[in-house]
Amino acid sequence: MHRAGLYRLLVLAALLATIEGLCRSGIVTPFTMPAPSIVVRDLGRILWTGSMAAAIAKTLHDVAIAVALSVVAGMVLGVAIHRLRGLRDALEPLFATYYAIPVYAFYPLFIVLFGLGSTPQVLIGFMLAMIAMVMNTLAGLDRVPRVLLRTARAYRLGPLETARRITLPCAAPFLVTGVKLAVSYAFIGVVGAEFIMSRDGLGYEINFAYNNFDNAIMYPLILLILLLSTGLNMALHTWERILLIRRGR
Amino acid sequence: MRNGVFLVVGMLLVWQALFMFAGAHALSPPIETAMFLGHLLGTAPFWGHLLETARAFSVALALSVVFGLGIGLPFGLNKMAAEVAEPLLVSAYAVPKIVLYPIVLLIFGIGLPAKIAFGAIHGVIPVAIFAMAGVRQVSPVLLRTARALRLSRTETLRRIVWPAALPEIFSGLRIGFSLTLIGTLLGEMFGSQKGLGYLLMNAIGLQNVPVIMAVTLLLVLFAATLSIVLLAMDRRLRRAS
Repeated sequence: MHRAGLYRLLVLAALLATIEGLCRSGIVTPFTMPAPSIVVRDLGRILWTGSMAAAIAKTLHDVAIAVALSVVAGMVLGVAIHRLRGLRDALEPLFATYYAIPVYAFYPLFIVLFGLGSTPQVLIGFMLAMIAMVMNTLAGLDRVPRVLLRTARAYRLGPLETARRITLPCAAPFLVTGVKLAVSYAFIGVVGAEFIMSRDGLGYEINFAYNNFDNAIMYPLILLILLLSTGLNMALHTWERILLIRRGR
Repeated sequence: MRNGVFLVVGMLLVWQALFMFAGAHALSPPIETAMFLGHLLGTAPFWGHLLETARAFSVALALSVVFGLGIGLPFGLNKMAAEVAEPLLVSAYAVPKIVLYPIVLLIFGIGLPAKIAFGAIHGVIPVAIFAMAGVRQVSPVLLRTARALRLSRTETLRRIVWPAALPEIFSGLRIGFSLTLIGTLLGEMFGSQKGLGYLLMNAIGLQNVPVIMAVTLLLVLFAATLSIVLLAMDRRLRRAS
């Protein structure tokens, strides 16, 4: 595992070095892409001067709201749907095809309905993230062993106690997977919607910089989004693995 | 089947209720939308856009499949390569790829190649992730059997690895299909003069609600129908294996 991690770093380093070389030698013109070292320097400057602080705060704020809403709604709906067999059967085709539907196609409607504020973007993030949470809640509840639930009944545990001592610990790894996916999808949804049409946020700033051929802002912000989304994803992935290992014991 | 009917009827009711609640400036009701879509399908310019999207999408899908399998299968066969590549691919999957669009445009310029590239960027990652996972999950017993029977490497790949990994590979293709479609459409929404994505973006600018609704309906119908067909095939493959 350690060796794989080392190789991974080497692969990334080689990739960066190649791009750096291509840019420095002039094969890739700075008009197309500035060298990675310059992009990093520009990102440092943007973060240091705080010129994008408002956009960063706005995007993270919207993503956080979308994640919070989708995790809560996803878990509540997941538990409810798990209880209602008929509803679950009826919704099964929706879950199966949900991610094939281009959700962004609904964005224009949301703008017409809610205006150009944050709401349509949060809603797109929420729509993408919520179903992942529902599906993972269902998967988690499905994996709670029947024996444990019967044991809980034998000990006359109340519903809250059963949830705290049995259902939640058993379903936890799936719930964390759900949260991880919800974070990714919320990020994709919010930034994508900002990019398509909005007045602020990181996606908007990237689109604005692109329209002005301002590579000194566009590339650092793209890098920032890559770092944010992969960083969050890796942190949650680590948490997920810890839970899985603990459960396996 | 019965569930599907319930679901469709339920969604139509929600749609109609939403129309009554929000009004005609926000969305058009189901029947009108369907009729307007029928009208659009009778006009020549609309077919021009449709064919443009179809062309971009089919090329992008072909590229996603070829490159996805080209990355996923060999990497899956090598344990170390798979361990190195998997977290990278999963991270790439979580990236909001739309922000890469300006880079794609700078490299390919405005037009068909940029759309195709953007669609393929979306589709190639899930195809590769699933193909890799499928090959890695082939049961060691099967591989030992192949060795015991002294099958050659090509023979092992053809008779053992490929059929054993096929259900997983197919799931990857199914997800790659829908993501490629989304990617192609997103690609058309910016810096493009043709295609359904362009039509959508144009209609947004003009606040042309009937066009937005009709194009959205067409896309949802297309995506959902094909996805249901692919899912049925996917399930059959999984049952068979």
